[in-house]
Amino acid sequence: MFSSIISFIPRAVVQGIPLLFGSTGEMLTEKSGNLNLGIPGIMYVGGISGVIGAFLYEESLSSPDAINGFLAIMIPLLSSALGSLIMGLIYSFLTTTLRANQNVTGLAMTTFGVGFGNFFGASIVKLTGSDIPSVALTNTSQFFKASLPFADDLGWFGKIFLSYGFMTYLAIVVAIAAAFFLKRTRGGLHLRAVGENPATADAAGISVEKSKYMATCIGSIIAGLGGLYYVMDYACGVWSNEGFGDRGWLAIALVIFALWNPDIGIFGSIIFGGLYIVYLFIPGLALKTQELFKMLPYLVTIVVLVITSMRKKREYQPPQSLGLAYFREER
Amino acid sequence: MSEAAIELRGITKTFGSVIANKDVNLTVRRGEILAILGENGSGKTTLMNMISGIYYPDEGQILIDGSEVVIRSPKDAYKYKIGMIHQHFKLVDVFTATQNIILGINGDKYNVKTASEEIKKISDKYGFIIEPEKKIYNMSVSEKQTVEIIKALYRGADILILDEPTAVLTPQETDKLFEVLRRMREDGKSIIIITHKLHEVLSISDRVSVLRKGEYIATVNTAETDETALTEMMVGKKVSLNIERKDPENTADRLIVKNISCKNAEGRTVLDNVSFTAKSGEILGVAGIAGSGQREILEAVAGLQHLESGEILYVNPKNDETVNLRDKTPTQIRDLGVRLSFVPEDRLGMGLVGNMDIIDNMMLRSYKKGHSAFLDRKQPKNLAENIIKSLEVVTPGATTPVRRLSGGNVQKVLVGREIASNPKVLMAAYPVRGLDINSSYIIYNLLSKQKENGVAVIFVGEDLDVLIELCDRIMVINSGRVSGIVDGRSADKNEIGLMMTKTQEKGREQ
Repeated sequence: MFSSIISFIPRAVVQGIPLLFGSTGEMLTEKSGNLNLGIPGIMYVGGISGVIGAFLYEESLSSPDAINGFLAIMIPLLSSALGSLIMGLIYSFLTTTLRANQNVTGLAMTTFGVGFGNFFGASIVKLTGSDIPSVALTNTSQFFKASLPFADDLGWFGKIFLSYGFMTYLAIVVAIAAAFFLKRTRGGLHLRAVGENPATADAAGISVEKSKYMATCIGSIIAGLGGLYYVMDYACGVWSNEGFGDRGWLAIALVIFALWNPDIGIFGSIIFGGLYIVYLFIPGLALKTQELFKMLPYLVTIVVLVITSMRKKREYQPPQSLGLAYFREER
Repeated sequence: MSEAAIELRGITKTFGSVIANKDVNLTVRRGEILAILGENGSGKTTLMNMISGIYYPDEGQILIDGSEVVIRSPKDAYKYKIGMIHQHFKLVDVFTATQNIILGINGDKYNVKTASEEIKKISDKYGFIIEPEKKIYNMSVSEKQTVEIIKALYRGADILILDEPTAVLTPQETDKLFEVLRRMREDGKSIIIITHKLHEVLSISDRVSVLRKGEYIATVNTAETDETALTEMMVGKKVSLNIERKDPENTADRLIVKNISCKNAEGRTVLDNVSFTAKSGEILGVAGIAGSGQREILEAVAGLQHLESGEILYVNPKNDETVNLRDKTPTQIRDLGVRLSFVPEDRLGMGLVGNMDIIDNMMLRSYKKGHSAFLDRKQPKNLAENIIKSLEVVTPGATTPVRRLSGGNVQKVLVGREIASNPKVLMAAYPVRGLDINSSYIIYNLLSKQKENGVAVIFVGEDLDVLIELCDRIMVINSGRVSGIVDGRSADKNEIGLMMTKTQEKGREQ
């Protein structure tokens, strides 16, 4: 029993980390009043951009052994950030500057992002001339997966807390930083005001447009890292089209589950990750029953929605102007 | 004393084809209270929004202390020490008072504690009462207003603009607010106050500026004017502030309400054994403190309220048959000719769709008529144009979205539509809320006209003077009970006031 818990928790964590990146990014975005349903697409783009960067770097090397650890991490990281930043900028431009409908824009971004990923994913597969429809960047991946050398010597403690690559800790640090920013800083107060009531924020002298752009773009970069983590750490550097699955939507569900609190999101992501793979740990399940178990995170989200709607506490509600465009001279 | 704090020269602002302000000139001095008076849609709020940086003028200059300034955003306005308290408060509900007050200020350190102390200092200076840690959504309207005023003062505002600050306050709260404003005037601040209520203008202001249809008319010293003169300037012609009340003719019982009781969602009794009769050709007024059960009575009659006990009998004028409305659905009740025109604080919240134009809003009441699959737009169009003409709705046309109209004009559309449906029973709750004098009297006289046509009118009002002038009988309710029905012609204001407020124990003895 103990040993299966010991092996369950790390697996739940690695399942949860992409969701944590995605939900932290989406929370920052939503706190500015932008309901970015493009997150699944942005995470997809974040993933494939990192893959493109890593692929070009690996191709440029004379031999696989010549790989530089620092560059192997920085190049995918920066190219992933660039890809998702562009996605965030497109979304912000459409919804904030042009005041397009946020839902429609977001869904279009998701469709676009997935298509973008699949197109370049397939292109790279073709470039490598491989028989199987995937790219393996194991050389780059090893740097992402590297955990502390002494982690293995610490028994169960090491396995639960220290057996992960650096991006896992990055995700948690980013989530804590986001929670601190939102709750304890003036910038956070201003951002929340923009999402709750942009007219009020505007009247108080806060630039609504700038806040929305900043939150959405930074949120997109963070979410995109979730895609990168998925490829480079969870999937051991293997990119295959559609491999990312429904994790983007799960990240949005996690935002609701955590009631727009990035710190609760940390625990939420591990719970979601656990629920996502719990079927592997229940013996004797048929294949179709397994699929039913994969619904669990969504079911839990619905239960949370029902409970918070019944409690009717204002702090548990989404930002008041979420999904609405703001125009100062609107009558 | 006579030095100009802010001066507007030739300000013009248009929204699409609507001219909101045209060539407006205005001066506010240091240490004075200037009232701005005008009918609905005369451009008072738009003008103030241009001073506070929400809108940007198309033409004209703004001068502060004699030098021209450009105010492109609220931030600029704060730079020039201008603070505006909007009619719809600009506060974040889930924040505390302190958080709202310090919002948007980029000081050296984010410190809620020192901010709280500063807020306390300001409150003590002007006599505010405030709980800095209270969340806005837990606050009453007057508390929210206090937060707004402190917010402006905290930013060092020397010029304060208040947009209809008394519209939502009780008389006692209004007195308290005026006291604070006078104290600020003594402190050398300039205050601009927008209000509809003439007696308030006369009691608080030093000078009055009048706007009409977006144009500046004149500025007069308050001491040298009176209500009639101001009304004339506002409307542009002599207006008789009289309601034509004819004696009821051919009255017959139309609606007999017997012993109805009901509870609200929390299980509290809101109507307790209410009985009354509404007669055709008569206006029955309902007086009471807000929330005494007025809304529930009307909703019960309209079939929107679940009754614990009692019955509501409707005498059909066509065949003198009596039907119990308790067994009917709201649609059936409507078809019998019982019409409810309830004007809530949020006028667009009930009965009108903001994004649709006036014609489409007329159709919301008529779409069920006829058997064709296609809509008939002709009749609603005629109706819309009729209402625009007869009620003097200020709008570019019948196809303008209702959302673009000013508050009072929205209300005219709503009341006009309900009256146009030829009701047998017309219930109007607060139909003049937020309306200027001229529009209010148009509505009063419309209701009187309905009465003359043999309609049983039930009118829920706030202003006792109007109730006494307009209604044939006045039912006074107090905490869900009827504390008496008095004759409108012989009623005494103080007596009604007493009936509205006397304790429940006394009510039981009666």
